[in-house]
Formats: sequence, structure tokens, C-alpha cells
Amino acid sequence: MSTIKEVQDEIVSEFEILGDDKESTIFYIMELGGNLKPFPESERKEENIIKGCQSKVWLIADEKEGKVQFQADSNTDITKGLISLLIRVLDNRRPDEIIHADLNFIQKIGMGSIIGSQRSNGLAAMIKQMKLYALAFQTKQNA
Amino acid sequence: MSFNLDQIRGLFPVLHQEVHGKPLIYFDNAATTQKPKAVLKALQEYYEKDNSNIHRGAHALADRATRYYEETREAVRDFIGAREAAEIIFTKGTTESINLVAQTFGRKFIGKGDEIIISTMEHHSNIVPWQMLCEEKGAILKVIPINEAGEILWKEFEKLLTPNTKLVSIVHASNALGTINPVKEVIEAAHALGAKVLLDGAQSTSHLDIDVLDLNCDFLAFSAHKLYGPTGLGVLYGKREVLEEMPPFLGGGEMIKEVTFEKTTYNEIPFKFEAGTPNIADVIAFKAALDFVQSLTKTKIRAHEDALLAHANELMSGIKGFIPVGTASEKVSVLSFNINGMHPFDVGQMLDAKGIAVRTGHHCTQPLMKRFGIEGTVRASFAVYNTKSEIEKLAEGVAQIARLKNK
Repeated sequence: MSTIKEVQDEIVSEFEILGDDKESTIFYIMELGGNLKPFPESERKEENIIKGCQSKVWLIADEKEGKVQFQADSNTDITKGLISLLIRVLDNRRPDEIIHADLNFIQKIGMGSIIGSQRSNGLAAMIKQMKLYALAFQTKQNA
Repeated sequence: MSFNLDQIRGLFPVLHQEVHGKPLIYFDNAATTQKPKAVLKALQEYYEKDNSNIHRGAHALADRATRYYEETREAVRDFIGAREAAEIIFTKGTTESINLVAQTFGRKFIGKGDEIIISTMEHHSNIVPWQMLCEEKGAILKVIPINEAGEILWKEFEKLLTPNTKLVSIVHASNALGTINPVKEVIEAAHALGAKVLLDGAQSTSHLDIDVLDLNCDFLAFSAHKLYGPTGLGVLYGKREVLEEMPPFLGGGEMIKEVTFEKTTYNEIPFKFEAGTPNIADVIAFKAALDFVQSLTKTKIRAHEDALLAHANELMSGIKGFIPVGTASEKVSVLSFNINGMHPFDVGQMLDAKGIAVRTGHHCTQPLMKRFGIEGTVRASFAVYNTKSEIEKLAEGVAQIARLKNK
């Protein structure tokens, strides 16, 4: 399995192909949302929502053989694409890897200017929540 | 000034730029309009030549600043057809104007069991101040329902009006739908039962001719920045006899006649409601915005904007998956819509990538969105400097985006 750094480098090179064209970049991000596994309807509840300003995100996490498994969904396609990137980088990893992950791909691909400030805040909230889940599982493992 | 679109566009420096490598198409005019060069020049000249605190200054600069400030008040009076300049109060914006009425007129004249009527399509700024007042006073807030097109239901409105109705506060033109409400009839019906009427003119004053005497409204609130003027400035018009009965809003300098530690007597209107150093520069520059609108005439501005809206409706109605929100027969140039299967935020961001600036979300009208059972809309709102070819680019963009989910 590739490391977090390797996966991030892959993503950066994929986005480099798109160049500066914002329109194709956004379409690409939306397409990435299609990679998300279907989200279980029973988990689509208030307590699993990470609230952004205009879009909703549902995120749940589980632990399998010491590794954290994420599942997520959103009511907007662009946000779905962003989550799918985070899941590609952080899913199925040990809690300590997730907690210490330096997600520099977001800055490297200039995500801030692509998605704007509202969604950037939402993205930061998603990362925080994923790390919090990892922290909770780590605490449980160490207990 | 004749209606020459190239010439008009030449007056707005901000329009001539690229965003994301595409020429900017600015369709977020209901949020704020762009400012003509004359407004920018007036701001700069004020600070370069006249900057001084107004009223009571014993020097030439204070005299000039005072004169220009009061000239804008007179220009606003003329703009809305008020009887006298003293009925024009400068505020921070529509929101503050409405809050001023709630906190002064409302606190003095509205009590337990009294009723305030608003409509379903109000902006939060014409809902929350009344909720706060009702909570404090034990008054009752009633809401006029609307039909699917986004028009108030007249018969229901008549049923809500009672002798206990103290105030009807209604939007002249809806920011989220564009609906123009039949405010003259509303005012007449409310007055027949002794209720006062406040018009939220934030969205109407840039599009429609306003004559407060003909309308006979008791209050009119609007903002300069939606009217080609500076941000942070608004107007509250009130009839002299009503304003005089109202207690002051903020206490401080300017609003007093005489202060002793025992008792303070208050200044005359409008100064009674303008405590502290006002937004002098923006007030002065606002006159240039009003002059710009008056030189073109609202009749010509509206004819142009109506043509843009009609063109947009025609092009968009053929797009598969296009869902208009707000189809009232009388509208200002606001096109609110959704695309089947897509979130408005995504649509807005995709249009932004094409250089087209629109607004998405609930437009500070959550109860209205709830009425339509939607989370929000995409809103394109047109102003005097927009062109038919920009509308065509919007329609092309929307068609392309809609195809993603509507094949």
C-alpha cells in the first residue's frame, strides 16, 4: 500500500495535468465524487453531519484490524469530490498515521483558490473530524 | 445622459476585468451593485479637499462638508419624492433603518396583544427585528402567505388585518424572487384600519420609480450600496408627524438640543436620529450615484432590465432541468432558479469558473425557501450595465451545467 505522501503526490500530479483551467478542475473534482462508496441510509442522521456553510457532509468511521475505515457523503457534488480525495489519502490507515498526516496536497494544488473560502473552511472541518475519529480510535487501542 | 450601454459600462471600472481567465459577468447586483467612477471620484475628492466633521464647525472645510452632506439629503428627498429633507435619516443600511423603527416606533407604540404583519417573502432583516420586538412586548407577528408564483395572497392578507394591527412591514420587491408586491394597495388597506406601513425598499429603489407621497407609506428603508452608491450607508424615510412622535434611537452627540446631568432635550428631526459623527464621505458620494440614476431615468433603466429578464427567461425556459423559482407577473430583474439534480452551491461555483458571478443559497430568506420546500436557489440579478450577450453566456453556461444531470 502506498504511503500518505505517495498518494498525495499522485493527486498533485493528476491536478497538474489540468493546469490553470478552473472549469475543468471543478468538473474533475465533481467526477471524483462518483468514486465514493454508497453511504448507508441509516447513518444519514444529524449527529453524523459536519456542517459547512451551504453544503452538508455526513461522515462516519469504523475500525478494522487496527485501521480506520471512513465513509462519507454530501448533498453537493463538488464537496463529494473533495471528500473522495480525503478518503483516498486517509482511509484504511492506522490512527497515528492519520493524526500526524500533513495534508500538503491541498495547498500544492491550490485548492483554496479553486473552491473558494466557504468550501475551504468546510474542507478544514472535514479533516479535523477525520483526525478526531483517528484520535478516538487510538485512545481506544491504547486503553 | 442617453442610454448608451457601452458608455454606461465605461463608467464602471470594476466590470472590465477577467476572473479565472474569463471576462467578468457580474450578475450579483441584488447583493450589491458596482459603483460608477463619479462615486469613486466623489469619495476621493472629499478626503482630498473637504474632510471635516460636519455641523457646528467654525471653519471653511466644515462648512463645505456640511453643505455637501445636506445636499445629498435633499437629493434623496427628491429621489423618493418626500415632502421635506428633514424626513430623510441616514443610517448604516436597510437593516439598521428597520431596526431603528422597531426600537423606537415599535417600543413606543406596539404593546401586548398588538399585531405586526409581514409577508412570507421577507428578508431576515424584516423578520428578526419584529420577532425581537414581539418577544419583548408580547405582541403578535402574523405572516401573509404566498402562492406558487411567489405572490402574496390578497384575501389572506385582508383576513390578517384587524383593528389590533399596528404595523405592516413588507418588502417592496423580493430579493430572492424579484416579486413586486402591490404595496400601494397594501398601504391603503392597512391605513383603513389605522395601521402604519413600513416598506423595505432595498431591492426596489434601484429599479422602480418611488414616490413616497403617492404610495403614502409611513416609512421607507433602503441601502445606498444596492443603488450604485457606497456600502455602509442607508436611508430611513419617515413621515414628519410619525418621526416626531418617535423617541430617539441612539444617544450621543448631534442628536441633542441641550444636555444637563438632570435632563437632555433632543434635537429636531432628522438629527434626533443621527447620533454621533455620521458616514460623511459615503453620504456625500451617494449623491453622485443618485445623479447617475436620475440622469438615465428609472423608466429607461427598468425598460433595459426588463428586456434582459425577458431574454433570460426565454433562453433558460428551454433548458432541460431548469426550474425557475418565483414567477410572479410583476418582477424586478431577478432570476432565481434551480437545476434538477444539482445543489445551487455547485451550480454557482461552476458558473464562477466561467467568469459569471451569481449568488447561491437561501438569500437570507429561510422561511421563504422552506415555503418552496427547497434549500436555496441560484440567483442571477441584472443591473443597468448588463448586456444581452452576457445573458446569452449565462444561458449557455446553465445549459452546459444542466446537461450533466439532465440528459
